[in-house]
Amino acid sequence: MVDSVAHPVADHEGPTDEGRRDFLYLATGAVGGAGVVAIAWPLIDQLNPAADALALASIEYDLTKVALGQEVTIAWRKQPVFIRHRTQAEIDAAVRDDHAPMKDPATDASRVKPGHAQWLIVSASCTHLGCVPTFKGGEYNGWLCPCHGSMYDTSARIRKGPAPKNLYLVPYEFLSPTKVKIG
Amino acid sequence: MDEHTSTYQPKSAFERWLDARLPIVRFSADLMEFPTPRNLNYWWTFGAILAFCLAVQIVTGVVLAMHYDASGAGAFLSVQRSIMRDVNYGWLVRSIHANGASMFFLAVYIHIARGMYYGSYKAPREVLWLLGCVIYILMMATAFMGYVLPWGQMSFWGAKVITSLLGAFPVIGDPITKLLWGGFAVDSPTLNRFFSLHYLLPFIIAAVVGLHIWALHVPGNNNPTGVNVKSKTDTVPFHPYYTVKDLFAVSVFMIVFALFIFYLPDAFEKVDNNVEANPLVTPAHIVPEWYLLPFYAILRAIPDKLTGVLALAAALGSLFALPWIDTSKVRSKRYRPMARNYWLVWVLAVLVLGWCGSQEPDGHVFPGGAGPVFIDYGINTVTWLSRIAAIYYFVWFWAITPLLGFFEKTLPVPDSLATPVLSHPATVPAGAAAAPQTKG
Repeated sequence: MVDSVAHPVADHEGPTDEGRRDFLYLATGAVGGAGVVAIAWPLIDQLNPAADALALASIEYDLTKVALGQEVTIAWRKQPVFIRHRTQAEIDAAVRDDHAPMKDPATDASRVKPGHAQWLIVSASCTHLGCVPTFKGGEYNGWLCPCHGSMYDTSARIRKGPAPKNLYLVPYEFLSPTKVKIG
Repeated sequence: MDEHTSTYQPKSAFERWLDARLPIVRFSADLMEFPTPRNLNYWWTFGAILAFCLAVQIVTGVVLAMHYDASGAGAFLSVQRSIMRDVNYGWLVRSIHANGASMFFLAVYIHIARGMYYGSYKAPREVLWLLGCVIYILMMATAFMGYVLPWGQMSFWGAKVITSLLGAFPVIGDPITKLLWGGFAVDSPTLNRFFSLHYLLPFIIAAVVGLHIWALHVPGNNNPTGVNVKSKTDTVPFHPYYTVKDLFAVSVFMIVFALFIFYLPDAFEKVDNNVEANPLVTPAHIVPEWYLLPFYAILRAIPDKLTGVLALAAALGSLFALPWIDTSKVRSKRYRPMARNYWLVWVLAVLVLGWCGSQEPDGHVFPGGAGPVFIDYGINTVTWLSRIAAIYYFVWFWAITPLLGFFEKTLPVPDSLATPVLSHPATVPAGAAAAPQTKG
């Protein structure tokens, strides 16, 4: 066994063969790696929202259905949205706190459309972990999140609790003084 | 164990034929012969109990999947009407599966606590411990996704809150939650993928359990003294000594299990989960299942979203690090009086966190007012109690445990694991030391 020629090719070719072998390893690895990436991406991306979920739907809402001092929760793109008909006292309270210390400072005027200060239209998902806050709960008379106690004021700004941001604004426009289009 | 050699003798021509091709009978026979410390107590039976739980969950789960409709429109009715009312014995299978999850966690917590108390995580069993931690995380993921499937209010909002945890990370948070949801909110696509994964993960768990048992069989079992097995007389074969003991423990466990299935089937269920998922209304008081409450309390104790999520992850990550942060040379806390006491307080802290997780954050711990406000909440609130307990949770892991190894004065450790057994007064009555037993 010992005196038989164990590696005739290696003895014959020597270092040249080593270089070719390294190249083959690298090339095989690169092709294989590219193949893995090429198949991994479709397998990951299929988890993303499908085309039907992505189709941007906009909805119209008749504001006369919301009495003064009340709110409604409607679904836009399957996400809850608050439409709150604020009283003058609630608007005043929000404006008064414009410069109070806040996590996510914003003036009340920046959160409503000019001339429509009585209508506050915001995403109804708590910016902490997505629960729908309870109307008029908490110390600021705005909303109280039932999950982890985040408190929002009457401008839907975060005032206390773990949520990092104010309730997000959603894109909308007034079609008439009593009708909005969300989305 | 290394010195363990196979004692299997094929008995028939067929067994010899098979043994040369697939030595599966030899493998099973060797498992049964496995030399096991002679002094294992009943805390060691929870491994078998857990294997039983996993089998029960897989069998009942496969049956439930035959009648379940994984769609936003049909899921709730397929559970509440078909399975609970129309399918023959559907109520029974669901009761076993739903309560089985709680039983599984009850057993796993005892199993983990046993490993912590007797130092089973210490060298050379670190990989065994790590695999156990992986199983525990997989169990939590599986249980969470399973809880979403009945598509009630708690299912839906539980799914929303937990998936939103990942939204805490800057930049990548939002794309990741959207990827998980398959939409802009928790919806039918979310339910479908959770169902798919809920069916897959138990088999991954079973595979990791296989590795866990493999990693157990390399160094062999720890034992209540924590002293290494030194000779053949320290061990007994797994069968019949521990098969019988495990079987007895599983039977007792099944009695408790059956009490829940038949007499308290809804004990762990929140009433709100009998209301169909409604994306526009969050239930007034949402809490996770009991087995996740301590971590939920840690998450909620911290007023910053990202820090809260990181603390939650660190609470689990600390478990993985335990073999390396425990510096003591003595394994069993039997001989570590200080470590035992600090650990018992840690167990208490986990239970307190569990209680806190089930309460409102601004609820009062003691009757009366909230007390003076400190930072954001009164001192006498659940939030502050959970903060104190959470601090102890981490201090125990990262300060007390490493330091005790240097400063603790341990009790004398027995020379062999058999010494405490043989010298126990109940085993050896005075004057009858070596009297052979004639009646049995």
